[in-house]
Amino acid sequence: MSPEVSRREFLCTVAGCAAAAAVGGCSDITHTDFFRKRFRELEPDELKDIIADLEARQTAKYGKQTTISTKGPLPGVEYGYALDVSRCVGCRRCEYACFDENNQGHDPEIHWIRVLEMEQKLGINFEESDPYYEAEEVPEPGHFYLPVACQHCRNAPCVKSCPVGATWEEEDGIVVVDYDWCIGCRCCVAACPYGARHFNWAEPKLPAEAQNPNQHYLGNRPRPKGVVEKCTFCIHRVREGQYPACMEACPVGARTFGNLLDPNGELRYILENKKVFVLKSELNTKPRFYYYYG
Amino acid sequence: MKPLRTLLLAALCALPLACREHVESKSYFGSAFPERHPTSYPEMSANAVLRQAPPFEGEDIFPCSECHDPDFMEVDPTHRELEDPHDTLDPLRHGAGRLWCLDCHDAEDRDMLHLASGRTIPFEEAPLLCGQCHGEKYRDWLGGAHGKRTGHWQQGQGKEVWVCANCHRAHAPQFKPIQPKPAPKRPEVTR
Repeated sequence: MSPEVSRREFLCTVAGCAAAAAVGGCSDITHTDFFRKRFRELEPDELKDIIADLEARQTAKYGKQTTISTKGPLPGVEYGYALDVSRCVGCRRCEYACFDENNQGHDPEIHWIRVLEMEQKLGINFEESDPYYEAEEVPEPGHFYLPVACQHCRNAPCVKSCPVGATWEEEDGIVVVDYDWCIGCRCCVAACPYGARHFNWAEPKLPAEAQNPNQHYLGNRPRPKGVVEKCTFCIHRVREGQYPACMEACPVGARTFGNLLDPNGELRYILENKKVFVLKSELNTKPRFYYYYG
Repeated sequence: MKPLRTLLLAALCALPLACREHVESKSYFGSAFPERHPTSYPEMSANAVLRQAPPFEGEDIFPCSECHDPDFMEVDPTHRELEDPHDTLDPLRHGAGRLWCLDCHDAEDRDMLHLASGRTIPFEEAPLLCGQCHGEKYRDWLGGAHGKRTGHWQQGQGKEVWVCANCHRAHAPQFKPIQPKPAPKRPEVTR
């Protein structure tokens, strides 16, 4: 380097070369991947480019016209969920409806909902519960069932434990993960007392015919290897006014979803008239997911 | 040179401001759907659409009055074991022997049901009949703690409320055990 080259010129040249390499050099990693900011700091134009890029890549990969929404929270809405423990028969219809709706990995298999089989004589006892029960017919005598997914806590330990701010609570109460900001440290997996967070140990295999092209950026778009994922109350559905897939699938009507702020809504009726409880209330996580005996 | 530099600087400063003007709209509530109040359930706060009960099982047996016509088939109001019941309908298990046909079906007009008061109601309003005995469940169904809802969670946006007969069979209302979906793979198998 000649002594005439100023510091400014040197830095400009280096930066220019790096940018050119990033834009043109790598085949897999695009400009947007490389220089991405966290979701909440993206300007609308940047977000538009990223979405267009993600949509195009998925449309090419799975052969279906994919749309990825970035729709924000609706005003005056705080989502909540209630589940009638006395109704649930443990058929796992909700678990698989969730699996299909949310583009969950088929191998390794990830299920956001776990239906726990519990013995009636033991009551709610997580240590003795079994999500892997095999039965010809359910409900099995002497047992009851407790489907558990993300409880969307108001005081969420997972959010507090994330060292990079890749998971947070939206204004409508949905706890979401920015899959492109997650570093895969799994602190949140350890922090969650409900086992609701799942880590992609391998590249999730999603067959093309199983891909759901109706997606949300913070929800069911296919996840890469090495990040954490969880239930989002079907964010791509509920922000469009639809019910979550698990509720649509329940054959016994045990599940109720709605707006906690609506005084005439179903949830408020349940909270006011039923014996309602939350899981592990002693941990002060303040879940938005309520269980009750109808 | 100097004016150019000032201009460039000003443009650079204005860039983020210009970008921020395109903040995505969060508004959702668009055109209001026409709201339908189910006339028979004034207590139901949800201005929801009631789901139609499924059609009768088996062959085309409705309207009932095609055969159960008082002029053609005499009405016997005695509570009795039927000699030749409909084999396409579930055997009557509802009420474990305490109920029989004409407790719910109207003897004079077989295409209708009747309440304890004698008032006849069409099959579409059957929840009123069920609610006579199952008052607690009926209230919970109106409020939203019992039964199934599908469609849209927002009031008046196309919420579909399932009626009793969408889930329960009127003659044998208790749920039968069902086959569960397969267990998820254990992580030690997949890893």
